Amino acid sequence: MSYLENGIVSPEEITLPDEKRRKKGPYAVIECVQRIPCDPCASSCPFKAITIEGSINELPRINYELCTGCGVCVSLCPGLAIFIIDESKEGEEGIVGIPYEFLPLPEAGEEVILLDRGGKEIGKGKVERVKKDKKTKTPVVYVRVPRERIMDARFIKREGGND
Amino acid sequence: MRIKRHPILTFERGREITFDFEGRKIKAYEGESIAASLHAAGIRVLSESLRFHRPRGFFCAIGKCSSCLMEVDGVPNVRTCIEPVRPGIKVRRQKGGIGRINIEVEKKIHQKPQLETVKTDIAVVGGGPAGLSAAIYGAKYGARIVVVEENPRLGGQLIKQTHKFFGSHSQFASVRGIEIAERLSGEIPGDKVDIITHSSVVGYFPEEKTLIAYGEGKLIKIVPERLIVATGAQENFLPFEGNDLPGVYGAGAIQTLMNVYGIIPGNKVLMVGAGNIGVIVSYQLLQAGVKVAAIVEAMPKIGAYQVHASKVARAGVPIYTRHTIKKAIGKEKVEGAVIVALDEKWNEVPGTEQELEVDTICLAIGLTPSTELLSQAGCEMRYIPELGGPVPWHDEDLETSVSGIYVAGDASGIDEASTAMLEGRLTGVAAAEDLFGATKTTRKEKEEIIRALDELREGPFGERVRIGKQKLLTGGAR
Repeated sequence: MSYLENGIVSPEEITLPDEKRRKKGPYAVIECVQRIPCDPCASSCPFKAITIEGSINELPRINYELCTGCGVCVSLCPGLAIFIIDESKEGEEGIVGIPYEFLPLPEAGEEVILLDRGGKEIGKGKVERVKKDKKTKTPVVYVRVPRERIMDARFIKREGGND
Repeated sequence: MRIKRHPILTFERGREITFDFEGRKIKAYEGESIAASLHAAGIRVLSESLRFHRPRGFFCAIGKCSSCLMEVDGVPNVRTCIEPVRPGIKVRRQKGGIGRINIEVEKKIHQKPQLETVKTDIAVVGGGPAGLSAAIYGAKYGARIVVVEENPRLGGQLIKQTHKFFGSHSQFASVRGIEIAERLSGEIPGDKVDIITHSSVVGYFPEEKTLIAYGEGKLIKIVPERLIVATGAQENFLPFEGNDLPGVYGAGAIQTLMNVYGIIPGNKVLMVGAGNIGVIVSYQLLQAGVKVAAIVEAMPKIGAYQVHASKVARAGVPIYTRHTIKKAIGKEKVEGAVIVALDEKWNEVPGTEQELEVDTICLAIGLTPSTELLSQAGCEMRYIPELGGPVPWHDEDLETSVSGIYVAGDASGIDEASTAMLEGRLTGVAAAEDLFGATKTTRKEKEEIIRALDELREGPFGERVRIGKQKLLTGGAR
């Protein structure tokens, strides 16, 4: 099954930085694998780390030497297809930043259910912080995720459901 | 049920009022449509079919499909989906769905027949993304403009688009549709553009080059030098058992109800169609707290952008390709749905039926250009499947076979709102050029717009429109 049949992108289709960069600090992961006419990620990046070369339909490319994992692109991406990953800290957990346009927003310290790209529950995580953005109205929820789930956890559900 | 809190929208409801529905007192808020207020009060049956008196609800919610016609204060056949509620009005259903004109009532309303005549450089029919852009750019190059919009509000379908737009900066990328509507409305120069809302253009008289619009008890005769038609599109319908039950709504209608009026369509929805509209509306339903049981798509592949499909997939909504709806269950309203798998030849696969417990079925299976006015004006029409059906022949400037009549947006072929805005701009400049002569600036402006249009349509998702427009341009002349 491909994303064309179920909407789920497989991990092999996603570009990641090398091991060394992954240990250095937070970085953005762009899960946008199909040519569409869109470029805000590239035009908004304050570090010019994301480029769309030639046509606006080309796939975005990210230069991990320049990306700082700041998250500006996460709230701006119209497809909500960019996530922030931080696996630089020692320990059993990493952090995943997820664009989350639902109410009520979880609060820092709250335990939430982690979901994978297909909406399947894959465990629990604790909310580290919630970054609100008045302009885009797309908050980014940073969640502590077990290290082995860092490449799968892409959505959250509040315990007891949403509104 | 009215939405109290929403992650993107704030609903500023007007004054609380009441009106009468067949003897029942209904609570409403000023600014709502009659159909929306009735829906919030739990009334889904607004009309009935002509012969068999089957219950009917609204379907399009933008004044195009006529399934919500009701009698309001004695006036028959009022499109209640675009008619604002007023305190104390008396609303009732019509026997056989269609009402007869009551001469006494009409005499009272039209005691003094009001006929206004308006002369202008350019008339724009439709106040959506294409029409508003046409007005802004026509005015930019010196034209006086009249915009006629049949809904009470400007913005067309933008006013219910809560998602951020694609494209690039000059087409408002990353801005939500609702904000684009506000920005466009704000950009309209009031000294050059007159706006007539809540009035429908009901005909064009080619001999006199005159438009007739009717609204709010008034007939308006508009005599423009040039005409831009930006009438948009209407939702497609699908044949299946029970498809006329109240609770089977077009995707646009659900967006209107939910995102314009803040009223949820139901509690659990089956989405039919996994194109961009189907998956976007599914996501919006989740944001409004409505469950989406599944999205079915008859094609072997999801038609929507991967990023849109991924958003609903990770929220746990299953998408079934090669599946369709077999029937809607229910007597007076939708109480469930049966979906079924399709084989390679589009035949139902026996034994694959699944019953879903839903109270709403949303059809997002495509759009057809609203081109009646162009056809009536004598524009040469072509049937181009890639553009969604019958569209007027037009040249690169979007001028139709009738000199001085232009078409922009979905009425010229189904595409995105971002390209509709560009097409609107192009017709605005082209019509102004036609009136006052081309200059270096106008030519450069047109070139830039055409380049941006080509760029947006260059990718795989632009292929259909590219092919369609090519067929149109090369398939014979005026």
